[in-house]
Amino acid sequence: MPKKISVVTTTALVATLAAASLAACSSSDDPAAPAASGGTTSAAPGTVTLVTHDSFALSDGILDDFTAQTGITVKVVQQGDAGALVNQLVLTKDAPLGDATFGIDNTFASRAIDEGVVTSYTSTVPAAADAAQHSVGEGLTAIDYGDVCINVDHAWFTKKKLAEPTSLDDLTDAKYKDLLVVPNAVTSSPGFAFLLATIGAKGDDGWQAYWEALKKNGLKVADGWSDAYFTDFSGGGADGPRPIVLSYASSPPSTVPKDGGPATTGALLDTCFRQTEYAGVLAGAKNPAGAEKLIDFLLSDEVQADIPGSMYMYPVSRAVDIPADWKTYAPLATNPFAVDPAEIAANRSTWLADWSQTVIG
Amino acid sequence: MSAPTLTRPAPAAAPSGAPVRGGRGGLAWFWVLAVAVPLAFLGLFFAWPVVAMISRGFVVDGSLDLSGFADVFSRPRTWRIVGLTILQATVATTIAVLLGIPGAYVLYRRRWRGRGLVRALVTVPFVLPTVVVGVAFRSLLVSGGPLGFLHLDGTLVAIVAALVFFDYAVVVRGVGGMWERLDPRAEQAARALGASPWRAVRTVTRPARTPPIASSASLVFLFCATAFGTVLILGGLQFGTIETEIWVQTTQFLDLRAAAVLSVVQLVIVGVALTLAGRARARRERALALSSAADAVRPLTLRRVPGTPPRDGHGLALAAAGVTALVVVLLCLPLVNLVVRSLRVGDGWGLDHYAALGTTGGGMTVSVWAATLTSLRTAVVATGLALVVGGLVALVVSRRPRQMAGRRAVAGLDALFMLPLGVSAVTVGFGFLLSMHEPLGLPIDLRTSGVLVPIAQAVVAVPLVVRTVLPVLRAIDPRLKQAAATLGASPGRVLRSVDLALATRSVGLAVGFAFAASLGEFGATSFLARPDDPTLPVLIFRLIGRPGPDSYGMALAASVVLAVLTAGIVAACERLRAPGSGGDW
Repeated sequence: MPKKISVVTTTALVATLAAASLAACSSSDDPAAPAASGGTTSAAPGTVTLVTHDSFALSDGILDDFTAQTGITVKVVQQGDAGALVNQLVLTKDAPLGDATFGIDNTFASRAIDEGVVTSYTSTVPAAADAAQHSVGEGLTAIDYGDVCINVDHAWFTKKKLAEPTSLDDLTDAKYKDLLVVPNAVTSSPGFAFLLATIGAKGDDGWQAYWEALKKNGLKVADGWSDAYFTDFSGGGADGPRPIVLSYASSPPSTVPKDGGPATTGALLDTCFRQTEYAGVLAGAKNPAGAEKLIDFLLSDEVQADIPGSMYMYPVSRAVDIPADWKTYAPLATNPFAVDPAEIAANRSTWLADWSQTVIG
Repeated sequence: MSAPTLTRPAPAAAPSGAPVRGGRGGLAWFWVLAVAVPLAFLGLFFAWPVVAMISRGFVVDGSLDLSGFADVFSRPRTWRIVGLTILQATVATTIAVLLGIPGAYVLYRRRWRGRGLVRALVTVPFVLPTVVVGVAFRSLLVSGGPLGFLHLDGTLVAIVAALVFFDYAVVVRGVGGMWERLDPRAEQAARALGASPWRAVRTVTRPARTPPIASSASLVFLFCATAFGTVLILGGLQFGTIETEIWVQTTQFLDLRAAAVLSVVQLVIVGVALTLAGRARARRERALALSSAADAVRPLTLRRVPGTPPRDGHGLALAAAGVTALVVVLLCLPLVNLVVRSLRVGDGWGLDHYAALGTTGGGMTVSVWAATLTSLRTAVVATGLALVVGGLVALVVSRRPRQMAGRRAVAGLDALFMLPLGVSAVTVGFGFLLSMHEPLGLPIDLRTSGVLVPIAQAVVAVPLVVRTVLPVLRAIDPRLKQAAATLGASPGRVLRSVDLALATRSVGLAVGFAFAASLGEFGATSFLARPDDPTLPVLIFRLIGRPGPDSYGMALAASVVLAVLTAGIVAACERLRAPGSGGDW
């Protein structure tokens, strides 16, 4: 008898699974139905597909407001980090994944433009004039920007009674041996931004020596930003061993203690590289008009004001207020290091190969 | 299946032995379908995308250009990463097998209180997202961390340890599932005839165990050879493997030529590994007397049962229990660390991150609970697909054709369905983007439809189903089928009442395995656009990459949810396993 039951149980399990699969198939077809026809519904004015990176985020309801204003529904497609995003756009340019893109930054902008991923569009909304200040070329509209900077753990330095470093050169000082952690330049986009900061500071033939000095001074290379900030950094909330980390100028506000008081970390504004993120209309978009409207919307006060809180970047528009604690704890660098986007596109592979050779070995 | 109107004789193509010789047309059609359906599935959703991606690297302006090989192989770095890939995968596989065998014995051959819980627990690492395991491991090993004194941070040892952490369950489940059904009487007979416990293990138990061990080892090798996040987070690029190099070349440099060459190299290594494992298996594979788990499994006692003679293998059992206890403690260290860190709120402790899981705070498009539902739904579909496809493959591959060509075809089919585990997820993921825009001329953009997600998960889960079900099918004593046929059963009836009846016994294990693999899958699917409904691993990955301690804490809390969910489902599947009789005819 127990045998019978067991066979029945197994059969029931298989049957349930099969039924559940079918049910789930059909139920997952429901959301998929408009999506599955996405290729075709994009053609209708009703939907616009935004292809972006994993960090894209806006507060609840903002994209619904866009739908309310224009009658267009936004479908968001997130495709890995900025590098993976651009490369996928390049590979699929004959049959684009959507209509508009957001998240191509100034380190990848030239590749996107040269490969013809985006098509020309110039917005005429009020904030477009501010966006034009960050212009990188035809087809890309600046939406937000921020600085990638060295951060220090104030609490650690106070406790050790050690003066904090302030410049790139300080980081090679023996006083700060074994204290710095940075994300890998090859696998992390802030890591690459910091490499660009050093190239901007030390020149095309001077940065290698600088990194050798960093390495000699006990530099630690972590895989990604979160790995460096949350595991190795002492001020990231996890009591890691190193008090100096590569992060963003906008990181310190999140280290303001819950019971008040000043932020426990700060950014070194003489070590920064400026990152700007762009949006564009994809070449071959099924709904280019909708894509243009979406880019205008990204420049609207509503979205621009939401960007600091949801994407930790500064809005390009000067018409919107930034959060109060950002004014205190997340000021921007006055003179960030810069490298020409065309030069980045031309030299990216060589620089990264050299960097790997020098730092990783 | 046995439609009497069909009178077509068995086609030569049917990769079958005795069963089809009966010449029932319906059965022949069944075999044709059993081969065609899985092949079509694999061809459409694996081979095509991979070929599409690789050919992008070799076809320049419409003509074939193979200069990439000379170029890539002239780089010293290439040889280093090939060496590192083989080294890491071989060492990790060896350790996982050595530790997994005693684990399989204790967890599946012995009975004790709490066994089900521990079985579920050891499966948890298998599904955790690599980013999370990276956090759990690194915060243990980082200088100043609980295990900082070992100085293992950023070493090859740390990578190998993490690979073993992931894949221990594969060996335990693969070997254990078979072991617990092995009739103990042969071993008992050997002992009764005066063999020492060791000798009994060597001459009776080990030969029977080789096929599932080789089978599990090949799975672990594939998982290790294609490990990506683990290697990057714990070791960085100085310990880069072929997989990490393909990722870097594809997503960062867009050097498709180099990526294509490396993909081919990866295929070659995986092919060689599969061939070797297949040989090891085939040498030993034979019919075994399978019995019910209840008969084969003995209770585990710390003290020798009074009245039993010395040298009864009690010492061996205790040693296995000791090793397994140590392994379980080691597996728990990162898991406990993960739970502890998920409870850390600012400078204090609390459940805040868990409370936040229901919200869409931090700019997420969906809450963690919504993503959990999405994950469960897709995993159910993926498991169903994998069971059908994998079950058919296992059934076909379990045949023993008389002709050499037939045997080769069967072995080839077996290896073919293992390939998805050995091919870079980046190659498959980017390949999907290239090939799934209006596939076969259908007016559907599958790339952004979400339909591909369970399919991509199923492609990865099929090999696990095959590897779980196949050893059981292959071990079925042919005399059983002959007896059934002699008693007048038609070939179709033999297939149903012998092969299928016995195979369903391992279905619970296969379901648990496939479900776990689908839940944790974060490879090719991470490249598939899922508009507005990411799976849990994808959401965790996004959360962990976002600045702000709250997102980070939520990512860890969500990982704990994923771990608990997995353990619960695996435990439930184990309970559903049929304990019916096997070889007591």
